[in-house]
Amino acid sequence: MNLTLPKWVDYGLMPLINVAVAFLIAGLVVLFVGESPVEAAYLMVRGAFGNGYNLGFTLFFATTFIFTGLAVAVAFHAGLFNIGGEGQAYIGGLGVGLVCLSMDTVLPWWVTFPLAIIGAALFGALWAFVPAFLQAKRGSHIVITTIMFNFIASALMVYLLAGPLQKSANLGPRTRDFEAGGQIPKLDWLFSPFGIDMGASPLNISFLLALIMSAMVWLIVWRTKFGFEMRTQGVSPRAAVYAGMPEVKIIVLTMMLSGALAGMMALNPVMGDQARLQLDFVEGAGFVGIAVALMGRSHPAGIIPAAILFGALYQGGAELAFDMPNITRDMIVMIQGLVILFAGAMEFMFRPALARIFATQQERPA
Amino acid sequence: METLIQLLDLTVRSAVPLLLACLAGLYSERSGIVDIGLEGKMLGGAFAAAAAAAVTGSAWLGLGAGIMVAVALSLIHGFASITNKGNQIVSGVAINFIAAGLSALLGQAWFSQGGRTPQLQPDGRFNPLELPLAETLYGIPVLGPVYRELISGHNLIAYFAFAMVPITWWVLFRTRFGLRLRAVGENPAAVDTAGISVSWARYRAVICCGVLCGIAGAYLSIGVSAGFVKDMTAGRGFIALAALIFAKWRPVAAMWACLLFGFLGAIEIRYQGVALPIVGVVPVQLMQALPYILTVILLAGFIGKAIPPKAGGIPYTKER
Repeated sequence: MNLTLPKWVDYGLMPLINVAVAFLIAGLVVLFVGESPVEAAYLMVRGAFGNGYNLGFTLFFATTFIFTGLAVAVAFHAGLFNIGGEGQAYIGGLGVGLVCLSMDTVLPWWVTFPLAIIGAALFGALWAFVPAFLQAKRGSHIVITTIMFNFIASALMVYLLAGPLQKSANLGPRTRDFEAGGQIPKLDWLFSPFGIDMGASPLNISFLLALIMSAMVWLIVWRTKFGFEMRTQGVSPRAAVYAGMPEVKIIVLTMMLSGALAGMMALNPVMGDQARLQLDFVEGAGFVGIAVALMGRSHPAGIIPAAILFGALYQGGAELAFDMPNITRDMIVMIQGLVILFAGAMEFMFRPALARIFATQQERPA
Repeated sequence: METLIQLLDLTVRSAVPLLLACLAGLYSERSGIVDIGLEGKMLGGAFAAAAAAAVTGSAWLGLGAGIMVAVALSLIHGFASITNKGNQIVSGVAINFIAAGLSALLGQAWFSQGGRTPQLQPDGRFNPLELPLAETLYGIPVLGPVYRELISGHNLIAYFAFAMVPITWWVLFRTRFGLRLRAVGENPAAVDTAGISVSWARYRAVICCGVLCGIAGAYLSIGVSAGFVKDMTAGRGFIALAALIFAKWRPVAAMWACLLFGFLGAIEIRYQGVALPIVGVVPVQLMQALPYILTVILLAGFIGKAIPPKAGGIPYTKER
């Protein structure tokens, strides 16, 4: 059976159906718990978009997920599954933290920020380099090594934050607060002309960086020689070798690019919100990136809306937990799992049926 | 002597859930279904076991519920990766999140204790068993204390876990079921040619995996502790996965790998901040990371080569 679908079905309708099924199941769980799914959905949407402050939080979370979503997507294009975004983002935060801690008192933010971007990207890329190199040269499975590297990163960061980088034992495992040079501006000025008051929400200029990076990823993947090699490797590794493409270089560079994107995620919470390096600031965003990339079909134009959807889920979910104490934020973790299941692992489930519907429609005029 | 026995006892305790999950993964992965959802299945099993034991007051009903939920999660993984030919890694990740979210959500909704289940009474748990003559033989030097402190005094699930090692070996290498299971993991096309259903063999392997994961979860929530706590598996599913690779997908080696990782865990608990001879104070985080570091080194081929089942992770498509 021919399973090729019209592009708008493949990239528009399919993700929507997959997400709809995930939400349907989530609604059943809400019903099962004894609450009204309709009211829960209403509270969630209101909590995510109801006013400027909430919208600011939604976009703040979305910023994080754009970075991690892009990271997973880039690796997908080369046929690699980077499940280590979590660890790369954590170590990326170390890069940000080291830059800020050493320069925040002497330099203004607009000098530290570019340096911190480089630090985040570099540290994230280096953390992805080892698994990539081992995959390319020694054939160890990248999924397993990146999982292991997540745990190693976590242990390393606990060691550093509770040891060498700790400010004082009373404050717990975290660095000192960054001075003005280590904090980046908020983004409320961009929205206030539209009459949206974001108040004290943490949305900051790393949102703009996320959008720039989306464009960069599009350029690299679809408009450069390297991107072509990457996608060839992803579709058919043997064809790539036959065409004389450098396999080791493609794997290592793709993963380092992926790690760099994941690492940049740290800018948003560390410099944009908390203004210090603390434990667990990644909060599973590396894994949300998997759901975002799958839902966005690994294309920046899909990743941005998918990231905003997940941002809305995180923010709306927090508000929902406040109004309906029975529906905790764990609900969001479950929805995330369902989206990964239906948009990722079971993406072929609805495909034959859709192919049948659209095949008959196309044949009719002939 | 006393401290050594205590350390080894703690090793066994930490190794049991790893061993069960590791053997679970062994069935699945040997049949060609890569499973990074061990963590989620264990967590789901742990929650269901504790919830059922809390409501019914029976440890056995709890165990049954734990197994059922873990098998259900396994079947979702099977449906996605066998029937729908989906990406097995993606499906495993999904299982982990669904289990983590759902267990905490239902825990809060049903019991309103911040995701915990109510404290279990002794009847609702698998309690330590004292093996016969443990007291009588205690006087014998070395063997007596070892028998009473190390070998006796674990719960039923712990003995079951170690019994599963030879059983798994026998099932995989001495039965028709095991031969077929290994064959679909190495060369499914050949099995298909012989007229045996690849899907059915893989589904059975995945069910075995679910049963063992459920028992592993029950060990945590109604064995060593008296109830479920949110995210109580704490990465054990991934350590089990690491142990499976470390053992190169072999049952007896899996036991040694789990005991090694359990030993590292025991040292981490016992000697936190204590200066050890020769090496001095080892940061506790290094001990925590050691299983993962060892696995990475192994995977890189520096301690022998870990070669996974050949058809692992590849959905089987019957040619038409």
